Amino acid sequence: MSETMLTVILALVKCVFSLAFVMQIVPLLIWAERKGAAYIQDRPGPNRAHILGVRAGGLIHTLPDVFKLITKEDVVPSHVFRPLWALAPIISMSVALVTFSVVPWGDQILIPAEIAEKYLGTTGPLAVNLQVADIDGGLLYVLAMTSLGVYGIMLAGWSSNNKFSLIGGLRSAAQMVSYELAMGMGVVAMFMTYGTTRLDTIMQIQSESILNWGVLLSPPVGLVAFILFWVSAFAECNRNPFDLPEGEAELVAGYHTEYSSLRFALFFMAEYANMVVASSVTATLFFGGYNIPFVNGAMLREHIDLVLIAIGVGGGVFFLFAASIAFGRRKDPFYAAMEAFKGPRPNKLAPVGGLNGLLYRALHDDTLRQHEWKIFTAIWAGAAAAHFGLIGLGAMNIASGMPLLTEIIVFVTQLNAFVVKVLFGCWMFIWVRWTLPRFRYDQLMDLGWKYMLPIGLVNILLAAVWLLIDANTMRLYAAIP
Amino acid sequence: MGVAYLPILFAVLIAVVFSLAFVGLSKYFGPHRPTASKEAVYECGVAPVGAANQRFSVKFYLTAVLFILFDLEAVFLYPWAVVFRDYVYSSVSGAGIYIFTEMFFFLGVLFLGWYYVLKRGALDWD
Repeated sequence: MSETMLTVILALVKCVFSLAFVMQIVPLLIWAERKGAAYIQDRPGPNRAHILGVRAGGLIHTLPDVFKLITKEDVVPSHVFRPLWALAPIISMSVALVTFSVVPWGDQILIPAEIAEKYLGTTGPLAVNLQVADIDGGLLYVLAMTSLGVYGIMLAGWSSNNKFSLIGGLRSAAQMVSYELAMGMGVVAMFMTYGTTRLDTIMQIQSESILNWGVLLSPPVGLVAFILFWVSAFAECNRNPFDLPEGEAELVAGYHTEYSSLRFALFFMAEYANMVVASSVTATLFFGGYNIPFVNGAMLREHIDLVLIAIGVGGGVFFLFAASIAFGRRKDPFYAAMEAFKGPRPNKLAPVGGLNGLLYRALHDDTLRQHEWKIFTAIWAGAAAAHFGLIGLGAMNIASGMPLLTEIIVFVTQLNAFVVKVLFGCWMFIWVRWTLPRFRYDQLMDLGWKYMLPIGLVNILLAAVWLLIDANTMRLYAAIP
Repeated sequence: MGVAYLPILFAVLIAVVFSLAFVGLSKYFGPHRPTASKEAVYECGVAPVGAANQRFSVKFYLTAVLFILFDLEAVFLYPWAVVFRDYVYSSVSGAGIYIFTEMFFFLGVLFLGWYYVLKRGALDWD
């Protein structure tokens, strides 16, 4: 296999991986949004849809949603400007997916020489960077792509030829450009301290020590930059409290009022994909991305057997805990009520209210659900067993003898660290959405222009002064580049 | 150099094909029964008054112009920010102070511009 061929194939594989990474988190987030909303607002969340009695805590609800959207009619209203109207959701979605391609999700996989030469036809070992495109202007690319996202929403608003859509699109354009400014000012301070815009270099710097993580750099510059970036990310994703573009109480659905079926779904998924991307860029820039605190890639590789044992113990205990909770569910009042109803004499409750009686009767027929606890206990117990198996693998020093296995374990570990950070960021989005009310338009513009912009400017100055003083005294950050 | 950007081209292609496939899916599986009321403008239930593409507040235009002004100045900051630490930690004496004062005045002008815009009321929404 020739060199160029290999490069192209690797690039394609990484593209598909990054697409899958974003797209598989999206349904999870839709579930988390509903579940989180239910917990925060103290009401029942998704709990009805099931496959053979397995509801997976409402996770299954996303599936019927997808089928519903696929089989809905794709209404093309006659009053829209067709070309731009059709283009808008595609721009929204692709921009969200493409932005992810500069984010590194692990340091690298070093395929050992013997395997690489035999199967891939290279000379010597092959180092695969775990990032779709390692370009010089990595962070600039992210900023550029997020600003392209405005087009999707603005074109949708304008071409729909609907007053609600137009107002939504206008608001969105004004909001996104305003906060892009604050975001741009926020990252300048980070450019200065890191001295680069390459995301892989930024990651290497953060691998050195936890004190090099973005939020902790030259305090409080990193922290302020993070707050500016994070608030702007909320506005760029059009998430509450900045979701005026689709403010449903006043604008029906804003810019996507005239869209139906999967065209609407594209906007809907783009919002969640944007959340994933915003969280991963934030994790990369400020929270050490794929780094586990105090443990960098070199240390992971050196003590791979210890790492396996640690993962085995931690994961095993965690999944045993999960299994015990699932096992405890068999005594759930829900099941207990059904058991009581099944007895020779019906439950005393049943005749009380017609609705209650009907509900119990319906559940009684639905006996499949009573087996849910068994399935989950089995799954979690299996996961616990697999993790305890890892302890054995680590104790026998198998991984340290096999370079490729070591690399794969390091990759999976780092990817998991990254995913945890990304999911926490996404949870922040959901948390805030169901906690804060929506801003008024003038408040929103005031926050962006009158507060965040000058704070960003002062932060740049502060970062400059910090570095100047540091260069002449402690030289803490002299070794960074 | 250019090769580094090749994967981005792939990513764009894959993303666009993915989105197009999505739209095609509902075209294929969904019913297609257009009626007059389905195709009407989605507004309040009464017949829409006037076209949607009317004139709108000049405030939005002002925001756009201000954005272009400030964003261009932010773009000028980026190259400076990236080389800043090279100057500051270089062995040449005074290099750090030099690059700092240069940009201090630039930031000062930016700040004055922002203050002017603020006082002229361009950022007030009524």
